Amino acid sequence: MERFLAQNWTVIQPALFLVFTGLIVLLVDLWLKEEEREWLAYFSLVGFGGAGVIVVRQWLAVRGLETPITGFGGMMVLDTLGLLFQMLFFLVGFLAVLLAPGYLTRRRLQRGEFYALLLFSTAGMSLLAGAQDLIMLFLGIEVLSIPLYILAGFARPRLDSEEASLKYFLLGAFATGFLLYGTALLYGATGTTAFEALRASEAAAAPRENVMFMAGIALLLVGLGFKISMAPFHQWTPDVYEGAPTPVTAFMVAATKAGGMVALIRLLYWGLGPADDVWRPLLGVLAAVTMTWGNVGALLQRNVKRMLAYSSIAHAGYLLIGVLSGGVGFVAVLVYLLIYALTNLGAFGVILLLEDGEREALDIESYRGLARFHPGAALLMSVFLLSLAGFPPTAGFFGKFLLFTAGISAGLTWLVVVAVLNSVLSVFYYARVIVKMYMQEPVETPAFSRSWLVAGALAVAAVGVVLLGLYPTVVVRLITA
Amino acid sequence: MIVPVSYYLVLGAILFSIGVTGVLLRRNAIMVFMSIELMLNAVNLSFVAMSRALDSLDGQVFVFFVMTVAAAEVAVGLALIVAIFRSLGSADVDDAHVLKG
Repeated sequence: MERFLAQNWTVIQPALFLVFTGLIVLLVDLWLKEEEREWLAYFSLVGFGGAGVIVVRQWLAVRGLETPITGFGGMMVLDTLGLLFQMLFFLVGFLAVLLAPGYLTRRRLQRGEFYALLLFSTAGMSLLAGAQDLIMLFLGIEVLSIPLYILAGFARPRLDSEEASLKYFLLGAFATGFLLYGTALLYGATGTTAFEALRASEAAAAPRENVMFMAGIALLLVGLGFKISMAPFHQWTPDVYEGAPTPVTAFMVAATKAGGMVALIRLLYWGLGPADDVWRPLLGVLAAVTMTWGNVGALLQRNVKRMLAYSSIAHAGYLLIGVLSGGVGFVAVLVYLLIYALTNLGAFGVILLLEDGEREALDIESYRGLARFHPGAALLMSVFLLSLAGFPPTAGFFGKFLLFTAGISAGLTWLVVVAVLNSVLSVFYYARVIVKMYMQEPVETPAFSRSWLVAGALAVAAVGVVLLGLYPTVVVRLITA
Repeated sequence: MIVPVSYYLVLGAILFSIGVTGVLLRRNAIMVFMSIELMLNAVNLSFVAMSRALDSLDGQVFVFFVMTVAAAEVAVGLALIVAIFRSLGSADVDDAHVLKG
């Protein structure tokens, strides 16, 4: 019995740690005055750091094992893939917390729930990373999403934030309906919700003969597609990313996408592996549509947050190539998500710096001549945008290289060609901001607020982007070791 | 008289479709939300019916999770709708259109 308990608790230990930290944050918040609440941010940093230490230790322990440790009757698994994804989530959470306190104080939003909800949402992702059952998949996605619905509307009573929150919530709940109905149909077709049994079921072996099974897969893809903002279910993304408070957007861009990707990988490969002739062509086409739609959408934007939102849709399309490639593709997805997370957190960090209590630099015109006033911020922004565009020697180039080679070795050459063409297209809108910053005359003095925490986060992101670009193989060797 | 399971599944599918139609056609946030709840309950009905037909408890367990999560969603969703009603004076989703582009 004790052994049984010990094993189960180990599997969800990082999530538990985050939840407890969040509860303590909520409790301590009651005793703090508004100007003291910044301490909660430091406390949440400890939470993310501690959870990070736990997963690293688990990773070191699990690495050599032949069969991964499972818990809760096989509903959760402790394997290297899940643990590496969790490291990524906690890193993103850590950096997102660094971005938050200054912004929240300036906007008079300094409330303890912010950090608690961030911790809870990350706990959901952590559960998702080890999901081995449709029930866990559903629970993980909901624990991830519900705090984010609230966080998107955190700048209440600002109308844009409330609207973002309402849209995110209604469409998110709508997508949950599809996800659940898909789950119900899979259960009806196979009589089980466990991935292992799903994989072994008769329906998975001959999916085309079972209409219920096919419909279940399609509906599940709709539900998960919404979470990773895959076209044509991406409509909420620009609105929500624009309206949500900037630190929340940064967190959502980086972490939710990773959470959705790990859910997709778990479901498709662990649960529906044998039925891959059904979902593979479907997902391939959707990946091509997603990246093209995202890039064309981004070209038309004048608001920087919206532009980055559309760019995140395009990146979801690139990432799907890695998901479709399987095996080596997972490493590529992980490394790409790490690079993508650092880059986006950095870019949103710069957007955060260029605002004070009232003014914010969201319109692309407000970046005119930025290099003259704040050369450091302009340089950082350029590095991040170049990395998003995939210019060598930034990390973004290496990430795309990994994804595309994985795609080619998996025989997805047509998709890689589409992706390369798309990358070329994307250079236009990223470069437009850089041109504005360096080559055009400023209209007005930009708003600027100094913050050591944001500077720290930017430093981590910039060093990461540059080092991963210069020494790309180090991280791959570390992951695959 | 024993009602065959397929009847329940068809009823579930019909309810789910009504819910989807409601979400797409209704403009009031509360009505949209109620339609989503209808979708979730259609799923619950299908789960219970299949659970009975397959003679397995997993489906029933799943329904409990769905209900708990739906309750949490109701709490968050209604709070959001109240908040937006206060600042907008309406719960119409078409009236919320600051964000576009």
